[in-house]
Amino acid sequence: MARERNIGVIQGLRYQGGGPQTAWLLHRISGLGIVIFVTTHILASFLGGDIGQFLNDVYMSWWIQIFVVFCALFHGFNGLRITILDLWPKLIEYQREAIWVEWFVFLPVFGLAVIVIINTALGG
Amino acid sequence: MSTKSRSLPLNKRGMNFETLMWLFTRLSALAMYVLLLAGVIGALIMGARTQMNLADVLRWAFTSNVTHVQSTNVPDLEPWATPFWKVVASLFVFTATAHGLHGLLSVLDDYFAQPKVRVAFRVIITILLPVLTAIGIYVIWTS
Repeated sequence: MARERNIGVIQGLRYQGGGPQTAWLLHRISGLGIVIFVTTHILASFLGGDIGQFLNDVYMSWWIQIFVVFCALFHGFNGLRITILDLWPKLIEYQREAIWVEWFVFLPVFGLAVIVIINTALGG
Repeated sequence: MSTKSRSLPLNKRGMNFETLMWLFTRLSALAMYVLLLAGVIGALIMGARTQMNLADVLRWAFTSNVTHVQSTNVPDLEPWATPFWKVVASLFVFTATAHGLHGLLSVLDDYFAQPKVRVAFRVIITILLPVLTAIGIYVIWTS
């Protein structure tokens, strides 16, 4: 059942998967980020008190907000791309083009969000 | 050296639990899009046309429950304090935890190949899913 894989970390990083591999890696990182954020966020509002206040203060910091918005937006857009290509498998032929389209949509939306967050953090 | 395609035609593929969860991941993604659009569109209908900033939009989109959006600039929150929006928020929490915890399991499966460890992770996540969902839904309905 379990397969032995003799691929080290260095070898794995050297694999040149291009756009799809980058999207896969970022999807994974952003997914884990969301799991950690949502779990602690639910627990913070459930527990309340000092722990809840501490966690809420952590989420108020602008760099955490940028990270969480990155996770949510990238996971959302990339997930929509995966869903569309997987449910209509004929489109998988255009996977690379789909990833380019995805970046063209993601970057302006994320860039705007970053500007808004930094402006707010600076008291704008 | 020729490599033969290993993909089977649709009607010859087996359906097992993992396949169903694969499908669930895609369908729950679409469901979450519907739920978060419902939150934002609901906020717009109920008078948020000019007051929404980025943080507000995120609060309405992700769990559009009255206690989650009370700090936003929408003047009248009364229409949001209804069971309907609590059900919408609860559905969102359920889809999000199920989607997320199954995703966590697929990530863990990629790095831990020993059968015993995999079973252990499945047990932990099977326990974590109802507990986290229950805590989230409890917060929505009581706070």
